[in-house]
Amino acid sequence: MLSIATLWLLSVLIFLGARMLPGNVGRAMLGPFADARAVEQLNHELGTDRPLIEQYATWIGGFVTGDLGESYAYRAPVAPFLWTALVNSAKLGLVAFIMVVPLGLLGGTIAALYRDRAADRILSALGLAATIVPEFVSGIILILVFGVWLRWFPISATPPEGAGLLIQIYHLILPAIPLVLVLFGYIARMARAGMIEALDADYTRTAVLKGLSFPRVIWRHVLRNALLPTISVIATQTVYLIGGLVVIEILFQYQGIGSLIYTAANKKDFPMLQAGILAVGILFTATTLIADLLYALLDPRIRHGGDE
Amino acid sequence: MTETAALRIENLSVGYSVKGQMQRILDDVSIEIGRGEAYGLVGESGCGKSTTAFAALRYLPRNGRIQAGRVLIDGQDVYSLDTARLQDLRRRSVAMVYQDPGRALNPSIRIGRQLAEVFELLGEPRATWNRRSVEMLERVRIRDPLSVMARFPHQLSGGMQQRVCIAMALASNPSLLVLDEPTTGLDATVEAEVLDLIRQLRRELKTSILFISHNLAVVAQMCDRVGVLYAGQLVEQGPTAALFRAPRHPYTAELLRCLPDRNRSKADAPLSTIPGFLPLPGSITRGCVFADRCRLADQLCRDVAPEPHLSGERMSRCHHEDRIGELQAGSPPRPPTAPAPGQGEPVLELRHVSKTFGQNAHRVRAVSDVDLTLREGETLGLVGESGSGKTTLAHAILGLSRPDAESAILLDGKALGARLSERSLDEVKALQIVFQNPDSALNRSHTVRRMIGRTISRLLSLSPAARSKRIDDLTRAVRLTPRHLSARPRQLSGGLKQRVAIARAFAGEPRVVICDEPTSALDVSVQAAILNLLVELQASERVSYIFISHDLGVVRYISDRIAVLYLGRLLEFGPAKAVFEGPHHPYTEVLLSSVPSIEDQPRQRVRLNGDIPSATGPVAGCIFHSRCPRKIGAICETQAPPRLHLDGDHIIDCHLPIDRLGRT
Repeated sequence: MLSIATLWLLSVLIFLGARMLPGNVGRAMLGPFADARAVEQLNHELGTDRPLIEQYATWIGGFVTGDLGESYAYRAPVAPFLWTALVNSAKLGLVAFIMVVPLGLLGGTIAALYRDRAADRILSALGLAATIVPEFVSGIILILVFGVWLRWFPISATPPEGAGLLIQIYHLILPAIPLVLVLFGYIARMARAGMIEALDADYTRTAVLKGLSFPRVIWRHVLRNALLPTISVIATQTVYLIGGLVVIEILFQYQGIGSLIYTAANKKDFPMLQAGILAVGILFTATTLIADLLYALLDPRIRHGGDE
Repeated sequence: MTETAALRIENLSVGYSVKGQMQRILDDVSIEIGRGEAYGLVGESGCGKSTTAFAALRYLPRNGRIQAGRVLIDGQDVYSLDTARLQDLRRRSVAMVYQDPGRALNPSIRIGRQLAEVFELLGEPRATWNRRSVEMLERVRIRDPLSVMARFPHQLSGGMQQRVCIAMALASNPSLLVLDEPTTGLDATVEAEVLDLIRQLRRELKTSILFISHNLAVVAQMCDRVGVLYAGQLVEQGPTAALFRAPRHPYTAELLRCLPDRNRSKADAPLSTIPGFLPLPGSITRGCVFADRCRLADQLCRDVAPEPHLSGERMSRCHHEDRIGELQAGSPPRPPTAPAPGQGEPVLELRHVSKTFGQNAHRVRAVSDVDLTLREGETLGLVGESGSGKTTLAHAILGLSRPDAESAILLDGKALGARLSERSLDEVKALQIVFQNPDSALNRSHTVRRMIGRTISRLLSLSPAARSKRIDDLTRAVRLTPRHLSARPRQLSGGLKQRVAIARAFAGEPRVVICDEPTSALDVSVQAAILNLLVELQASERVSYIFISHDLGVVRYISDRIAVLYLGRLLEFGPAKAVFEGPHHPYTEVLLSSVPSIEDQPRQRVRLNGDIPSATGPVAGCIFHSRCPRKIGAICETQAPPRLHLDGDHIIDCHLPIDRLGRT
């Protein structure tokens, strides 16, 4: 219920935000030299000269019935563009996640096991350093080093038409790395905190005093309780990727949701822009919900809450 | 005996490194526990009890170091074992149970799996794990082992969780069982059951026990020998009965005198206290560790540390063992202050107070139809197990939660609004509370002056000068010194923090102060000081208390009247003396017999049947019938019990005739 209210509020904000962009839609589409009457004519056709509230009602009405409207720029339905972009971004995000989640959990776990020692300090420092480097900096460096000088990876994320899965993944590895760098520190820090809490817990003491070997204490008693909260945090992080995606996708010439929103905003392509942002909003809400459900599934205290 | 001792600690010294400095926590402690023996370790918090236990199991915190001495379990030097042998020792020879069983069990693993793990580690064939687990749970008197094994820890009550922990500890039939405050935090009735269980299992299994507790009475009931720790030193040791009857170290003697027990009341004499504080680790470099707080101390004590003095089975570290008798002289009797109960005007009256939580299908009647009267200058003790509605009732009185519609709460004969927002400032001022845990009740970032000052300006409109004077008066009244005013909570000990909380409660000249377990987080010597303070303030301010506590000794000491609650129903209400001496309600009888006492041997306990049921829906008959040890028959299940009126406004709701009710 709350999620729906949030999404509605978002839709209003996007709508108003988009209208506040300077300039005029018809002018933006036809160019600075077009005839003023043609611009007016176009604005009228598109409906951008109607009252805001009416425009909003038309748009949101269409949105909930599955009609995302027509792109101003391409004069074609928004939905197929949006869908392709989402799928592309999901591929990129997935590659990044598959790389960063095990790395982050492992890093955090190792840091916790060697708490306050060199390994912990180095991992924490590296994680923090990686997090604060913006994607466009790390992206450019990666392109230069691995794409241009070493030529290990292609500099474009878009694979040739009809490429197989491996080739597609190959193209996505380099663009995924800046995202990995940003997320690694965060996930490792969460995993470390969770691990330390579990290592200091009374039940861990119980396990040690039972005479379990250290690896078994960790494997059986600590990890599950430690990584539980981390997993839910990771899930909510999915969406933080999107900010990074805008930069990465433009840098690596990739047709994803980030570049779609960016292009639409530049071209004042309101239907495309609004649909793009709202799609991100829906994704955000959905992942948060899934994260909570996942957490409940893994934690018996929540799962069985109603039993007592 | 020496070779086969279950546990032998020889001249053990343990230090913790804090900010690069080694601080000595245990100093030259030697303990030997023979086969099948139960040894109790007592002392106030910070004395090193738990450190001793964890050092014995080689489970010190990361900054802990053994500085001298050694530990032998079953003749094996614990600190010279390699990892594999240490694990084997923990698997077979030693087990530990500690406080807070809810956290000792892994929250995400089923009970059955956690228990089976012990057998797995012993190398038993997998096929037997289940059967052995069931056997162990039966052994700790769990009725339906299979269903318990399928559950997660949070689905069990505290008492059940502790039984599971004990089952897990005893599954390998270890020669040594270490119990670190195993019943602290459990209800008195549950505590009594767990202690009974440990006692029985000890007879069956012949396990040696190291029993750590701050509760002297529990140790007195459970152990053959006792050691008293103070500031990391074993100051006295000896057979339990002899040691408690005739202590040979001033600390033991003083500790025993701090205890309120059921034979003492505030009208008799103030409780004795131990002045001063436990010295910081490493702060005492010469002389006796207790010298600063000892009433017998002289120059010798301050200069020369006493050596352990052995005589027969007893040991003590004191230069003046022969003068202990001087400490026993009682404190002067308190001049009569408060009027006898029942003479003051009624201050607070509760009429048919009920509180129902939840909606429709899931209704819980936390408090049901309670009638109580509190008179001026009087203390009303509220007792009952957890879940009996004590705190809910307190919240309703304070206006923190709205009672059910038919309830009426009267202050000086005038009905109070249900919520705080519906009450006048004078009414808010009149009702104040002191909480159990001063740590969470005080704002950590405020100074004492600011906290008390804020309360004063909220409740009283005073000029700055008058306000400042009021702060000083209050500070003095709760025996804080002016230098405490600029301190923040973390700079204060638990007892001092509770004094700040009391000062705050008294800031607005209240009529009634609700004390919700105000001393249960404190050590006995500090508890004695706080109780004395409350009694003095009551005499000087003519305030009335509602005193909630699970410690019946404390309740007996401070209360003029006692109300016994069970599942939100009032079962008994009367003068403290009458309620304690009887005739009393069967439930009161159970509560009283659950309390361990130092003096007598384990008494025949009156036991409860089953666990506390949930308070859903109206109950036909007596609310207590499902657990009552004196149930008559069908009448208890079908008819509400009549209210028996005894002498001195003493009421009991029970079907039993007065002459068949229990007495002590």
